Amino acid sequence: MMTNATQTLDTRGLNCPLPILKAKKALSGLSSGETLEIQATDPGSVKDFRSFCEQTGNELLESDDDHGVFRFTIRKA
Amino acid sequence: MTAAANIPHGMDMEALAVWFDERFEQKMAERQANHVPSMTIIATKGTLDMAYPPFILASTAAALGWEVAIFFTFYGLELLKKDLDLKVSPLGNPAMPMKLPVGPQWLRSANLSLPNALMANLPGFEAAATGMMQQTLKQKGVASIEQLRALSVEADVKLVACQMTVDLFGYELDDFVDEVSDWVGAASFLPIAQQSDVSLFV
Repeated sequence: MMTNATQTLDTRGLNCPLPILKAKKALSGLSSGETLEIQATDPGSVKDFRSFCEQTGNELLESDDDHGVFRFTIRKA
Repeated sequence: MTAAANIPHGMDMEALAVWFDERFEQKMAERQANHVPSMTIIATKGTLDMAYPPFILASTAAALGWEVAIFFTFYGLELLKKDLDLKVSPLGNPAMPMKLPVGPQWLRSANLSLPNALMANLPGFEAAATGMMQQTLKQKGVASIEQLRALSVEADVKLVACQMTVDLFGYELDDFVDEVSDWVGAASFLPIAQQSDVSLFV
């Protein structure tokens, strides 16, 4: 996976709420301003990551759908 | 009174109302920004299917930064056992889809509908249904209850257990995980629930 993110996280094949829980865990290991790129196949994750970022104050920089594989980039607040 | 001191002299009632509304909005926004949401869940069921809602909601709320406590009572205490042996039964649960986790797609999507009276009399039917559901959960990438419970504990979800149920069912405290933060009664839990933004009964 070619990426500029500080860290990447593969949650493909995992279902709600695991992608969010794993992302939260990964983000807690990052410093403010660093970025996390997540891959997911759970269709619910598109709305869930948007809501997660609104609630936690982290910034959702990118949300992409690449033929059923969703990609999110989050910048830690 | 610092607020009163900030009112410019000679302000008429109309100007004062405008000043108050603005200040009120600002204070409310401040209050909301500083508020940590909280949730309490009462978990009363001890079956494999009903173990999911409390732990999914608790772990997710914790990930959103909420403070969460779950009160386990009656059959819900089964979810706190060190060795989880949760089962699911289609008996008395007519909405539960019965689908095979193996075989060709047409067979997997078929709903194996059996009358309750027949299921009740088939030895091992519950074990079979439980096995099928566990396999389906795994295939679909859904976390196990053990995993969700561990993630909840890690995220500081408080696990509170009902003391009365322990006495009622003759449980041994040693059977339960060490992470149970309190063994209490309704009078101890209700004040926590009263202060929370969300309170759910599962």
